[in-house]
This record gives sequence, C-alpha cells and structure tokens, in this order.
Amino acid sequence: MRDFARLYQRLDETTKTSDKVSAIVEYFAESPKADSAYALYFLLGQKLKPTLPTRIIRLAAARSAQIPDWLFEETYQWVGDLAETAATMARGVSSGNPESLSQTVEQSLIPLLQLAGPSKRKSRTSASQKDAKATDDDRLASTLIETWSRYDSTERFVFNKLLTGNLRVGVSAKLVTKALGHWCGLPTDELTHRLMGQWEPSEAFLNALIAQDSSEASPSKPYPFCLAHGLPEGFSQCHSVSDYIAEWKWDGIRAQLIQRSGHTFLWSRGEELLDGRFPEIQQAAAGLPDGLVLDGEILAFGDNRPLPFTLLQRRIQRKKPTAKILTEIPVVFVAFDLLEHNNKDLRNESFQHRREILESLKLGNDPAARSLRCNEMFLFDHWDQMIQQRDQARAFGAEGLMLKHRTSLYQVGRVTGTWWKSKVTPYTIDAVLVYAQRGHGRRAGLFSDYTFALWDQDRLVPFAKAYSGLTNEEIGRLDRWIKENTTQRFGPVHEVPPRIVMELAFENIQESSRHKSGIAVRFPRILRWRDDKSPQDADRLDHIKQMLQKAQPR
Amino acid sequence: MSYSNLLECTRRGLYCPAGDFYVDPWDRVDHAILTHAHADHARWGCKRYLAARSSEALLKVRLSNSIDLQTLDYGETLRIHNALVSLHPAGHILGSSQVRIEVDGKVALITGDYKLQPDPTCSAWEPVRCDLMVTESTFGLPVFQWPETQLVIKQLVAWWHENQKQGRTSVILAYSVGKAQRIIAEVVRLCGVEVAKDMAVHGAMLGPNRAYRNSGIEIPDLPSAASLSSDHDWSKALILGPPSSQGTGWIKRFSDPSIAMASGWMAIRGTRRRRNVDRGFVLSDHIDWPDLLRAIDACRPETVWVTHGFTDVVARYLMHQGIEAEVLQTHFSGDESEPIISEDA
Ligand SMILES: [Zn+2]
Ligand SMILES: [Zn+2]
Repeated sequence: MRDFARLYQRLDETTKTSDKVSAIVEYFAESPKADSAYALYFLLGQKLKPTLPTRIIRLAAARSAQIPDWLFEETYQWVGDLAETAATMARGVSSGNPESLSQTVEQSLIPLLQLAGPSKRKSRTSASQKDAKATDDDRLASTLIETWSRYDSTERFVFNKLLTGNLRVGVSAKLVTKALGHWCGLPTDELTHRLMGQWEPSEAFLNALIAQDSSEASPSKPYPFCLAHGLPEGFSQCHSVSDYIAEWKWDGIRAQLIQRSGHTFLWSRGEELLDGRFPEIQQAAAGLPDGLVLDGEILAFGDNRPLPFTLLQRRIQRKKPTAKILTEIPVVFVAFDLLEHNNKDLRNESFQHRREILESLKLGNDPAARSLRCNEMFLFDHWDQMIQQRDQARAFGAEGLMLKHRTSLYQVGRVTGTWWKSKVTPYTIDAVLVYAQRGHGRRAGLFSDYTFALWDQDRLVPFAKAYSGLTNEEIGRLDRWIKENTTQRFGPVHEVPPRIVMELAFENIQESSRHKSGIAVRFPRILRWRDDKSPQDADRLDHIKQMLQKAQPR
Repeated sequence: MSYSNLLECTRRGLYCPAGDFYVDPWDRVDHAILTHAHADHARWGCKRYLAARSSEALLKVRLSNSIDLQTLDYGETLRIHNALVSLHPAGHILGSSQVRIEVDGKVALITGDYKLQPDPTCSAWEPVRCDLMVTESTFGLPVFQWPETQLVIKQLVAWWHENQKQGRTSVILAYSVGKAQRIIAEVVRLCGVEVAKDMAVHGAMLGPNRAYRNSGIEIPDLPSAASLSSDHDWSKALILGPPSSQGTGWIKRFSDPSIAMASGWMAIRGTRRRRNVDRGFVLSDHIDWPDLLRAIDACRPETVWVTHGFTDVVARYLMHQGIEAEVLQTHFSGDESEPIISEDA
C-alpha cells in the first residue's frame, strides 16, 4: 500500500508524461506481480464493486477527528474531495511494517466492501430495519477507523479513493499501457488488445498479459476502438474532400458486434459487455456469418429516424428490457466498419476495401433483421457540398458528419488519426448566471459549477448547468464575485443577483417535463463571458423553444 | 456582555473609543496601532503609528522612512487616554504583535496574524489572558494541521538535492516578508551556512532581508538572482521568489526549473494543483486548526470575534463549545478566505 500510495503521489505531482511513465515502470519493476496486477487494474480506471457508501466515510472521518458532523460537511464542501478531507482529518500513523498492495486490497479493502454489501438481514418493522442499518453503519465506521489508524495520510487518501472507486490520477489508459510496454517489452497495440474486455487482477492474469506469445484469445474479445478527432481549422485548404468517404455521425452508443464460435457479443466502447440489453440486435446478428466483427453505433430508432439519446438511456439502464419497453423504444445497430471477416483481421486493409465487403453483407435487407443497418455513405467533390450535407444533419437526427480517408487503416492510439468528425455548428444563447456551487476535482473549492437562466416575462427560469468553458483567470474572477455577492445559500448552492451574462453553446434541445423550463439541452458549455451585455439583453425562453421547433424533423 | 467602550468594529477598522485609536485600520486615520508589516495590516498614510520595536526596520522598508512611528517593547505598557495598551509576540513574522487593550479592568486581545509553531526569525507567541479575543481564522478548518517545520524543511532540502542531481534549478515561491526569511534561516540551520553560496533571491526580497539582518536576525546576505551575470550556472541553485513571480520573465532565466510553493494552502490537493507548481510544501505563518483551539483555550476569553478567513465555521464551532463568538466582517472578502489573493499564508 505504501509503495502504491507513493506511486499515486508521484503521478499526481508531475504533469510530465515521461515522469509519469517512468514512475509506473519503476513500480512494476519493483513490486510483486500480484501488486502490479492490482495497480494496473486501478490505474486503468477499474473499480472494485460495490463501492463503500460515502456516508460511512463521512461518519468515520468525523468520529476519528472528533468533530461534529456539520463541521466535517463544511470542511468537505470547501475541500471538494471526500477522500482527501477524510484522509487529512482522520487519525493514524503509518505502521513500521508496510502491507503490500494485494494485502491491503484482499485483507482490508475487499472485506470492508463485502461488509458494506447488501444486507441479508430481514427485519419485520421499518423501525428495527433502521436500527439495524445504524448498527451496520456503526460497525463499518469502526472498522474503517481502525484501518485508517495504520496508515499515514497519503496512504489513507489513496485507500479512500479505492473505497469510493474514484482513483483518478491524471494518467490515461494509453499512458499506462505504454508504461506496461516499456516494462515488459511488448508493443503497446498488442497489450491494448490483450487488455480489452473484462479481467480479474491477479498474478496469473499479469503473467498471461506479458507472456511473449499470445495465449488463445477469448472469442468474445473486441478490438480496441478507433476514435475520430475534430476536423482542424483549415483542413479543407490542404485536403481534397474526394479522398474521403463521409457518413452521418450519430449520437448513440459506440459498440462492436462480434459473431464468433456461434455466439454473438455486443461490447460498448467503455469495454462493457452489453449482452441481454439489446435482444433485437443480437437476434438480427444471429444470421450473420461466423468470424465477423462489426463496428458501429447503437441508436434508439423509430419512424425511420433516430430517437433522442435520453430514450436510449432508458434502454441502457435495463439489463432485461420488458416487452413494453422493447416496443416503445426499439433500437438498431448501424454498422460503419468491418474489422473481421471470415475470421480474418481486416484492420490493416484500407477503409474503402473494408467498406466494400461491409456493403456486400447487405445488412438490413433481410426483413427479419431490421435491427441491423449499414450506415449510408456520401461522396463529395467539393467541400461546400460537404458543409451543406452536414448542416442538414439535425433534420436526420444526426450530430454531423464523419470523414474517413479512403486508404486509412483501422488504427488505435494515434495522436491524430485518419477519422475526422465535423459537427453542426452548435446552438448558442445568452443566459444569466443565477446560482453557483463549488466544483470538485481540479477546481475543488472554487465556484465553478454554474446554473443559468433565461427570461420568461419578467422572471428568470433556470434551464442549464454549465461547468466548462472559462479560463482559469475568469473562474477566479467569477469565484470572487460570487463570494462577495451571494444573496442566499441553499446548502452548497449560492444564489447570486442576476448580473452576469454568458454566451452558452449546446448540442441539442429536447422537450422535457422534468425541467421547470420545459426543455433540456445537451452538453451545455460556456462560450464566453458577455461583459458587454446587461442581464436585460439575455435571451428569452421563447427563443430557445423556437430553436426546438426548427430542429423538429421536416 | 458589552465591550463598546473597549473595542468596536467600524467601517475604518477596529477602534478603541476609550483610547481613540485604531488597530490595523483600513483607512487613513490619526492614530494607528499596527500588528505587523504585511500589506493587508499596515497601511500607508496615517498620522501616527505605534508598533513593536522589533518591527521598526521592516515597517520603514514597507511604508516609508518618514512615518511618525512610536515603538514599544513587548510587554511594555502605555496609557493612551483611558486605555492601557501593551504589545505581545504573535509569532507570525519579525515584529508581529498581539495588541492587548485594557479599559476599566476589561481586557481585549487582538491577535493579528499569529502562529504557535516555532520560528527562528521572530519571538514565539505568548498567551495573554483576556475577556475579548479578536482572532484571525485564515486556516480555521480541521483539514489544516501543519506538519512539524523540521520535517517540511527536510523534504524541501531533499527536493533541492534531487534537483541538483538532475541539474535543475530549484525555485521556491514564498511570500517576500516573513516566509522567505524563515525558509532561509531554517535551511541554513539544517545544512550549514556554507550552502548560502548556492542560494539567491528575487529583488523584492532584498529590502526585507536587510531589515531582518538590521533587526538582529541572522540570515545570510543572499544576492539578487537578477544581479548575477547572464551566463551564471543555476543548475545547483536554490532560488526564492514571491508567488507573483510565477510565469514571469524573471523565472525564465533559470535552467529547467523545478518550481515549488511554500504555503499553508499547499495542504490541499486542489489548491496545490491549481497553483500549477511541481511541489507544494506545507509551511504557513498562520495558525492551524488545532493550535487555534489551543490558543483560545490558553487565553480563556469570554467572547471571541472571528475575522480573516473561515469566520463562520470557527464562530459556529466555538459557540457549540460554549464560547460566545461573533463573526467580524472585514472589508475584504465576503464570507470566506481566498487562497489566491492572500499570499502571506
Ligand atoms: Zn500577515
Ligand atoms: Zn494578514
């Protein structure tokens, strides 16, 4: 645990990629394999489940620090990081005999999480249930306090991060895999592939992972996903659009559909197996030839048009969708690439070639397999044709266009790839700041979560929350203004007088009965601080509702 | 209990009606008592000043040589109209005082900025029995618990040596008055005075350093980094600069510098990351949470006025402990302290 905590500290303290890589390489080189397996697991963002409810950490921390609960909460609100607040205030000293990471995980972390798991206790009355819960919480808090007492504050901090399943330390999966490659001598691409899918952190897994000859791959294993980048400024001046194949860019779930050894597997980009959630897609795929991998997007789809992403979200949440929801929210898999055909890896073929074989599969022609489709493609001679097509995207329920170079290979982990996305110019609106809350993580302690409102008659109606888009300097300036001008507090939320106007951008508008404003916007962000505008100049709610009408299908 | 004849909070600052003087006024007044030389406490333009004798050199560097300044030794009592005034060490920086005011047998104590940790560059804080205590609360949250100074200095020196091995210049950002001199004194105490040959400072620290030496604090006479020749070898150097020098041309003269900051705010990961430094050393000239409670306990006030910092939290906590407590609005920020501007932290 101590070594892993020091690794965390080293990664946290440097912004240099090379320093981060060497810190990880050193850790792998000096630690037992079982520890390295856990370290890899955590650094790649995996978590042990279930995580510990944060109320236990709050309870234990206040008790260990011998302070009242409200004081702990006030402090946490200011610090913005629960693991850190608890670790700093709790009592303890590092024991002279440090545990290994696997000891900590297996002897402290997992037992604590198991203890916190769903209680099997059955009580007759709700009062005794409540009592039982309080006793359980009590026992958990005592165990946690006891565990903390053996660690110094850095160890406690990292331990708490593991407890809450929230160990973000500014290293990407790519960087970790690169470090792994430096240490074991295998190419990063190979390791990325071997790390796909689900795995248990163990010495055996690590040994297999770094074995020089690849062991038999599991049939369910997806390929690492190729990602697209935003079209850079000036791209059209030095590239010919006729070298590219264009297709709609959808706002759904990116997924690989794998048909191997007589089974169908559906993987999300988050490397989660989606099996069972989308039975219509799996049924449709059953007719596909074996040894086939499709790359595409899952969309909620009705009336020959994608449905809003929020509907798709309702499908994702269901592990086993009911018949009702299956008819209400049908889904399709829109394939846009073919990565494996007849058991042959096609990733090093040109996109044009892969696309031709994909077309030959004639997806969607079979009436029994309507849930599988092939993404339509567009070819252009001039860039302005591309822009024209792209700007119609909303009418088709798409976000914009994808551009893929005809000769491009299916590559992963390049800084700039050969897939480009070009989104429709986002909606923009001028809104008034009405509430603010302290941010977390990098902006912990600063007011950096803002709520914005639009005019409805002479009332301001909150309609969007935005977090990003300001420079650090602007955040600091706004933070001071908020502190000096707060008129009322509702818990962590500070109300401010309607004086500041910001221009917001967002991707999409939907009707929403859950929002007071009657609308919901997707990906709202701050474009700029409109010092030049007074609150009266901000937009009206009607204005955004008109935007919504225009975005409806033709 | 009313303390209206003893002390009141006015728009120009804390005022003693019985003695007709202000303590650390925010405005130009006739008669000001200053707790210490930091800019947020010592303002220029008052007719007459009273401060601790040991703060004289520093105050004249900060304000002007021509100010009308009367000084007192720590513990010496002066009658001003109907008030008895004495100054007591606050342990914050050289010459920092707590102001004790007695009127009709009632005692108020204004701590100014203070700390309980030992500091070789100033006299140690002394508890003063009082009825009304006005305390700062810059770090008045239980997450602020300072590590031992010696431990922090050891970490700092280890970081310096590590940078030397890699041929990188070590730059510490620290407040020019107080923090910088404390670091210099502690580093020299740990490593011996011969390491001073590898140390230099930002020009803004020359005046304060001189004032410290003239006041009898033994710190080496370090050169200004800007005064050394442009081809000077910085690869082994430890340089001190004010926090405001981060990102300026001054810092660009050093070869591949590793930049650290010494401040109480470095105890929190979020503020450390926001400052965008390579290392944060937790070293503060303000009082931390446990010491704040200890200090109040030792002075045994009936009422506490809380100012400068986490005023709400500290006042609420004290009230829960059965101590009468009030938040004193300063004309600075609204309700809480501001890690970005209060650089003397
Ligand atoms: Zn000060
Ligand atoms: Zn101050």
